[in-house]
Order: sequence, then C-alpha cells, then structure tokens
Amino acid sequence: MSLSVKHLLGIKDLTPGDIDLILRTADQFKDVLQRPIKKVPTLRDTTIVNLFYENSTRTRISFELAEKRLSADTINFAASGSSVSKGETLIDTVHNILSMKVDMVVMRHSASGAPHFLSRHINASIVNAGDGINEHPTQALLDAFSIRERLGGLEGKKVALLGDIMHSRVALSNIYLLTKMGAEVTVCGPPTLIPKHIEKLGVRVSYNVRETLAWCDVANVLRIQLERQNKPLFSTLREYSLYYGVNKALLDSLNKEIVIMHPGPINRGVELNSDVADSKQSIILDQVQNGVAVRMAVLYLLAGKKEEALS
Amino acid sequence: MKSLFNQQQLQITIERLAHQLLENHLDFSDTVLIGLQPRGIYLSDRIHRKLNALLPGAHIPYGKLDITFYRDDFNTSSELHVAQETDISFSLENKKVVLIDDVLYTGRTIRSGLDALLDFGRPESVELLVLIDRRFSRELPIQPDYVGMTVDSVATQKVRVLWKEKDEKDEVVMLD
Repeated sequence: MSLSVKHLLGIKDLTPGDIDLILRTADQFKDVLQRPIKKVPTLRDTTIVNLFYENSTRTRISFELAEKRLSADTINFAASGSSVSKGETLIDTVHNILSMKVDMVVMRHSASGAPHFLSRHINASIVNAGDGINEHPTQALLDAFSIRERLGGLEGKKVALLGDIMHSRVALSNIYLLTKMGAEVTVCGPPTLIPKHIEKLGVRVSYNVRETLAWCDVANVLRIQLERQNKPLFSTLREYSLYYGVNKALLDSLNKEIVIMHPGPINRGVELNSDVADSKQSIILDQVQNGVAVRMAVLYLLAGKKEEALS
Repeated sequence: MKSLFNQQQLQITIERLAHQLLENHLDFSDTVLIGLQPRGIYLSDRIHRKLNALLPGAHIPYGKLDITFYRDDFNTSSELHVAQETDISFSLENKKVVLIDDVLYTGRTIRSGLDALLDFGRPESVELLVLIDRRFSRELPIQPDYVGMTVDSVATQKVRVLWKEKDEKDEVVMLD
C-alpha cells in the first residue's frame, strides 16, 4: 500500500484512501513520540531541505522535528540572508541545493502554485508547507487528525471554518480534505472575506457566527491575514472582533460544548479571545503536537514512494 | 502445497513451548513477552494465554512490537510497509525479554526487532521463540532459543502459519 502521488502539493490531488493511509500512519508515529526515545531510524539515508521563502514558526519547527525524529539529515534555508536577495531564481536555487544530493524538498512560498511549478522541473519529492493563498496540506491533515482524535472520526461531523476564508490556505486545504472524508463544512465570515462561488466546493456559507457555532461540532477559527489584504476588507479590527470574534460568553450561550481549533499564530482579542484559546474546549496545542506525527507520516510515505518510482 | 502441522500438532507444540518457557523462567517475575507484528502476535497471544492458565495469579507483562520503522530495506524494498500498532506499556529496563514470532527465516525481522526493543529500555537479556525455524537460510547471525519445528526449505518456497483468528483454521503449510 502506498500513496497515489509522488509529491504532496495539495489535498486536492489526494484520494480518500491516501488521506486515510496518512492518518493511520500518523497514529503509529504519535505512539513513537510518546516513548522515552522519540526517534526511529527509518529515513537515516535521506536528506531533506526545508526551503522557507516566507516566515513560519510552527510549521518550520514541526517539519524539522519530524525529520529529526525520522533520523533524516536536514538543511534549513530561509530566503532572507540567502542569494535570493542577489536575484537567484527559484529553480536555480533548488537545482543547486539538489546537486548536493538532497532527496526531498519541503517548501513554503508566498506565491500560490510555486511548489507545483517546481514539481515540473525537479525529480525530488516536494512537500508543500503552504503556498500563498492556495493550500497548506499538512495543516489540514493535522487538523483532521486532531478532530478524529477528539471526536472519533470525520464522517458526518460538522466543521465550521470561521474568519478570513479568502486569504486562508488552511481553509482551502481543510475544505478539500473534510468534504473528501464525508464531513459537513460551513464557512463563515464577513462577506468581503468569503470568495464568490465557494459553495461550488461543497460547503455551506453563513455570515452569522452565532448560528454557525450553534450548528457545528468543531470550529476552526482562522487568522485574519492582514499581510495579504491589499485593500481594506473591513473597517477596523475592533469591529471585526465585535461581530466575528469568538469569546467565552458567546460559547457559553450555545448550550453545547464545541471543540475550538486555530492553526496559529493567534491574534488574541481579534478572531479569538484568550478566555477561549486557553480553555479546555480548545485543542490548539494538541494540533501543534499532532503536527509532528502527521508530518512524519507524510515524509515517510513520500520517501517510500520515491524509491518505488526508481525501481 | 504441503501441510507441515495440523491443528492438533500446533496445539501440542504451543503447549510444549509454554512449558519450556516456564522451565527457564519459573514465576516470570522479571520476564516479559513481546510478540512481533503483524503475524507473530497470534502465536504470542496463545502463549500468553497458556502461561496465564499455567500460572494463575501471575501477572505476565505482554506487549506487541511493530518493526516497520526499523526495517533495513526501506530504500530497496519495492513495497511500502504499513505500520501496525506497537503496544508496550512498560519499561524493558533490566527485564528478561522473550521475543515471539511465527517464522524465522533470514533473521532480518529479528534484527530490526532488537533495534526497536532498545528504544524501550535496556533489557537484561533477550530470548527468541519461533514456531517455525527455516534453518540454513539465515542472512544474519541470529538463532532461536525456543523452536516449535525446524523446517528445511529453499528460497522459492514459502512457509505460512495459518491461525483460526485470522485465516479460519490452524495449520502450517509450505507453498512451492
């Protein structure tokens, strides 16, 4: 059994069987991470480069830790401080790195489609760690893993994605994944932050946070991405927080307990209040913990794939 | 296809293996059983049950070990192995470990198993119990301590242990 793809560019390309295989493999890696010795020798002859053209805390540390737990050799590359500032192109940079016998590329880039473009020019397996406003597949996988862990499964579960749907690669990857696995999805936010025709992807659209929270089992609260908003899409952060922010008083008025998620980094007091983010309803830190196991599963399954293609 | 063991022979052999373990470990105060995933656990389940029946009241720690992430053929094997559950809820530090698998062939699975075991502590000793020993086919210097049956076979043949829990009958067969 193995994945149907050579690269993890997006959830869009995966089959439900692929997603299930990744999550089941991640179960075993999560178990490895609970042991006194949290490391297995599986990828000891594999070298992986983490190519980050955009800032990251969690994803980058999580990938690096996943690689180290698998005994792979890792190289970290940040665009700032590299020859990118001298004008080297993406393909040139990657070809130069790969010529030093690197087997896999983990890449984050601010341009949507950058990893897809790269996959047409190199042989190494690519893992997309977030490309512009397109996809962030490993985030969606770890979100699914965390929902499955808390609620026992994905099928038939009601998941709300709240906030900046327009600029969120996490939202798009989550929509693809959850609909493929039979969950129901509602996206909710101000009309200016919800793309037109998004219901074509099989999701419901709501502009009312309270109604959406009352409907769902899980609310994945997304970050307001001011850095990607080139024009004003709402008046002030204060107004956004007033109408679309999630706080304890709102959750307490629902008469049911829903699970709160956030991909991080949190804008505390904007999309999510501290009294919710740090409550026991929140599984935000579980998400981060699960991220390592899920990324180990992705790297393991793709590294196996690479050799299959050769033989 | 040649039958090597029928249900009755299998049962008698498992009983003998359990008694041999008992002979060497007496009250099992420092001994733990570890079955190897995926197919070794049917044997280890039965041995564990048998020992519990022979030593009522003794609590024998029993775990399951998956060696997928420790294989030495990750980059050469054509198929990707799907990991099974590892369930060892105790430390192996200073314990006498009995490693249990159904068929011993090249010895590579056991080597991976030894590697994996060390991640759970440093055992005082490790013994190997197998139902079938395909002798003269070892690729590594690994020998069993307890053997159900020794079989002479060539590389093109396959020895398969069938279990009622999984394959609807108890039998050991050799496939050409």
